[in-house]
Amino acid sequence: MTLDVGSLRDQALAAIGDAADLRALDEVRISFLGKKGAVTGLLKQLGSMDGDARKEAGRQINELKDRIELSLAERKAALQAAALEARLLAERVDVTLPVREEQQGRIHPVSQVTEEIIAIFAEMGFAVAEGPDIEDDFHNFEALNLPKEHPARQMHDTFYLEAEQNGAPLLLRTHTSPVQIRTMLAGKPPFRIIAPGRTYRVDSDMTHTPMFHQVEGLLIDRRTHMGHLKGCLIDFVRAYFESDRIPVRFRPSYFPFTEPSAEMDIGCKRGHGELVVGEGSDWLEILGCGMVHPKVLRAVNLDPDEWQGFAFGMGIDRVAMLKYGIPDLRTFFEADLRWLKHYGFMPLDVPTMAAGLSR
Amino acid sequence: MKLTLPWLKEHLDTDADVETIAKKLTDLGLEVEGVVDPGAALEGFQVAEIVEAARHPQADRLWALKVRSVDGIHSVVCGAPNVRQGLRGILARPGLVIPASGEALTKATIRGVPSEGMMCSWRELKLGDDHDGIIDLPGAPEVGTPAVAALGIEGPVIELKVTPDRADCFGINGIARDLAAAGLGILKQRDFAPVAPETDAAVRTEFDFQPGNERACPLFVSRVIRSVKNGPSPAWLARRLTAIGLRPISALVDITNYLTFDLDRPLHVFDANKLRGHLRLREAVEGETLEGLDGKVHRLAPGMTVICDDSGVISLAGVVGGVSTSCDETTTDVVLEVALFDPLRTAETGRRLGIDSDARARFERGVDPALVLPSTEFATRLIQQLCGGRAGPVQTTGVVPDSRPRIQFHTAQIVRLAGISLERDEIETGLRQLGFEIEGGPDLYDITVPSWRHDVSTEACIVEEVTRLHGYDQIPPVSVTKMSAVAPPVVTPEQRRRSDVRRQAAARGLLEAVTWSFMPEGQARRFGAEQPILLRNPIHADLAAMRPSILPNLLQAVRRNVDRGLRSGGMFELGPRFMEAAPGQQRWSCAGLRFGELRGRHWADPARNVDLFDVKADVLALLTTAGAKIETAQISTDAPGWFHPGRSGRVRLGPQVLASFGEMHPAILAEAGIEVPVVAFEFDLDTLPKPRTKAGRNKGTLAASPFQAVDRDFAFVVAEDVTVEALLKAVRQAEKQLVREVSVFDVYRGPSLGADRKSVAISVRLQSQDRTLDEAAIEAASQRIVASVVKATGAALRS
Repeated sequence: MTLDVGSLRDQALAAIGDAADLRALDEVRISFLGKKGAVTGLLKQLGSMDGDARKEAGRQINELKDRIELSLAERKAALQAAALEARLLAERVDVTLPVREEQQGRIHPVSQVTEEIIAIFAEMGFAVAEGPDIEDDFHNFEALNLPKEHPARQMHDTFYLEAEQNGAPLLLRTHTSPVQIRTMLAGKPPFRIIAPGRTYRVDSDMTHTPMFHQVEGLLIDRRTHMGHLKGCLIDFVRAYFESDRIPVRFRPSYFPFTEPSAEMDIGCKRGHGELVVGEGSDWLEILGCGMVHPKVLRAVNLDPDEWQGFAFGMGIDRVAMLKYGIPDLRTFFEADLRWLKHYGFMPLDVPTMAAGLSR
Repeated sequence: MKLTLPWLKEHLDTDADVETIAKKLTDLGLEVEGVVDPGAALEGFQVAEIVEAARHPQADRLWALKVRSVDGIHSVVCGAPNVRQGLRGILARPGLVIPASGEALTKATIRGVPSEGMMCSWRELKLGDDHDGIIDLPGAPEVGTPAVAALGIEGPVIELKVTPDRADCFGINGIARDLAAAGLGILKQRDFAPVAPETDAAVRTEFDFQPGNERACPLFVSRVIRSVKNGPSPAWLARRLTAIGLRPISALVDITNYLTFDLDRPLHVFDANKLRGHLRLREAVEGETLEGLDGKVHRLAPGMTVICDDSGVISLAGVVGGVSTSCDETTTDVVLEVALFDPLRTAETGRRLGIDSDARARFERGVDPALVLPSTEFATRLIQQLCGGRAGPVQTTGVVPDSRPRIQFHTAQIVRLAGISLERDEIETGLRQLGFEIEGGPDLYDITVPSWRHDVSTEACIVEEVTRLHGYDQIPPVSVTKMSAVAPPVVTPEQRRRSDVRRQAAARGLLEAVTWSFMPEGQARRFGAEQPILLRNPIHADLAAMRPSILPNLLQAVRRNVDRGLRSGGMFELGPRFMEAAPGQQRWSCAGLRFGELRGRHWADPARNVDLFDVKADVLALLTTAGAKIETAQISTDAPGWFHPGRSGRVRLGPQVLASFGEMHPAILAEAGIEVPVVAFEFDLDTLPKPRTKAGRNKGTLAASPFQAVDRDFAFVVAEDVTVEALLKAVRQAEKQLVREVSVFDVYRGPSLGADRKSVAISVRLQSQDRTLDEAAIEAASQRIVASVVKATGAALRS
């Protein structure tokens, strides 16, 4: 018999070429290579042949089969590519459409700046101490050399509670200084702490709120003097404002719980309703400080001839306003969402000295 | 405290200019708040004379003047109505800046007549509102006199913030003493020489204090001055008082005000002819009244010191004088009072009556007892100078107290506390100039504190004195270094945990707020305070109670934001809430809420309001951040009453409540005036299990199974009151080893299930740690799961 391999090949290749899609191509495959396909039919005829003819015919049929399979594969790849192309074209969307809304949270400036302050003083070995907002007369006044009749008590504009303790009304702490007293009464010297927290005074106007935030600092050992006080606070201010050129000034002042006492000013420029820290010829008070008064040391059972050191108190809200240009203290506590978003900090902006306090 | 430069110079011989003085004052601890020099703008303005005044040829209302200055004759065109030949006023020459306009004067030609200057009005010089004409100086001052002198401008005014300890610097003499000690001049003393009596007129004074109350007035000095003539003060005195903000009244009254500021010595003058009988000092009696010079009638009470005559109370000692015996223009005989009053009683009296007088400010801080008699003489002399009169003898009741402390001062304290060493000479000179008496030295001094320095009592005070004279800026700064190269953590685990919770809440899209620690009393009661912690003196009724919960403050913030048009959002606060009125009875609490739409209208997804599962997710995430093991936590439905009773829950670990969450109660929202949905959570951090401190850093080995996991779905029909939590618990307990995860993918209710029933569809992932599960094992596990759920919940497997 003779095998019309050539014409079968031509038929197959033409059919493959005509197949318009994968399904049609598969039909072509079945019609040639399937169980009842033309090539399979040829193979079945081999059985009736013998010898060399059979060998030769087998070779030709296998060649034909390989050729068709190759063609099928090529055509399949081409059709798949075209189909993918068409799908991609069909799947196209307008990628300029806005994304799904996500809520953006923020950290309040008071929390952020408190952490900045903690990070800086940590570098100088200060631990973070805490004390209660509701205080008694002893810790807030008496032990801080502010006896009952002291005129400076009037400066404190104290909130008193209806409740009393030992015959005296309880109060809301007017400063974070009572944490000094609690720390020194509870532990043994040396002490090196800062104490941030809420403080309260009967005061409410453009620049005062009945609640505000302070950070107290206390360093007690056998050798710390005013030079250390200055060095520590100058280092702090330069680190906090992230500038080595901040002008600073220490003025004698008065606090019942320190002697000598000082106030620290930083250089600034005022004008056009703006305040720029670190330049200009004006001064701005940022904190009160001094050497811990001997009477305070005695009140916490320390011998002022043996132990000495400094304390300071600074307004957290105030330095937050200065560093970040927040104009109005009252807005800190209004929880206006727009304000919180604008002045708040990203949750991952954790202040560290290694990575920088702020971005 | 205000003073003027010329006034200061009566106490201090100095060439220093006002800038130098102001800087030194601040360096000394007398902080300068401002320096205003009303004369500074008048530099170059001079007295000139109108030598010829003719009508302007071209303009009816103008004058063409010839004005003589020290430089010659100038042509000046002027429109003032009060122009006349011979008038001496203030001439501004071209180039000078007119204070009122801020613009420089230029030469001009006005309708053909050249104008080479301007004769000024008070208003143009910014010295008053008078614009009726040009300044017409009385007394023909010399041409060329600077305007500042001719107009009697007092000079630069310095405003100081005097700290309450520096009582002595409430007098200009005290300020001058500090400056002299700092090397800025030489201190001058007022004329304290005794004024010889010319009459023996006197008023008897007696003390009538209960035993133990003698401190109310240890010393009272009086002096009668006869035949005075009261009237307006001379210009210099009126000018000086005006410059520091006081209103001149009459010479006698102005003199008392003058000494109050000049010598920190408040005193009083009674009209002797209005006094009835002799003077008596005693404690006030309940219900007595005094019509004060402040124009108010004060109701007096025991504890207040009063001066009386036979008519009753005539003056409130050290606080305010009375109208009935006050001096006026008809006064001819006066009784001068110079006394010491107890600072504490004075302060208390002033506070109780709400009187903030200059006298009170000084007596309550303490005046100089040693100055009582000298200042009596100075006051007498001044009264005689300005009002004439014959003085009687000085009548003294009580004694001049001397309670000057003595301090043993070790020089070593200077280097110990201030970190600087000072020369012996600097220490001694400085202290002596401040009025300290010093003996001994150089290592140990015996120091007597001056009678006017009530603030100095310890060695540390002396260190401050010598250090502030030396200058705080001269102390070399020394850095404080940490005690080890790599320092241990300085925040406690609790503090760290609070920071982490804050940042996690913010990362979940909540804005951190900080709100008041206070709230209205009603809110405190509504939110769990059975006995609200109340303030005696709240700033506002809405801020009267300490908050037992943060939520009400956040709800108020929601209302404010909604009012501003911000109708959705989320915020939280982490801060104290107050349990009891006692120190330490407060907790660190975290509260948060979401309100309005969680998602607005969007092209991809439908809009959706917040629901309680949003805040349940928040609170579980925050508790996890805080270190709580929420895998083992249960949810109970007993949240506090401010939540919706059917849509709220508590997260518990057995009996311990970790947190509450849910929809806010509609009644609470209605009360707060909020019309958008609000879901909220709150929890205390202090009562959570303590964060781990030491050890246990090892995370353990991961035991991830290498074998195939299979998922099987089940749908159970249960009674409505069976919780999904109970159902899931039954699933987990059925196959503790194989059940890896269980999720709920549908909850269905419908008529086919019957009333009060629901279908809960769950997907369970099964995986073995040690083998591939075959069909038989999976089937066995499924059956155990179904059996467990059926037994625990009465469920039926949905077919």
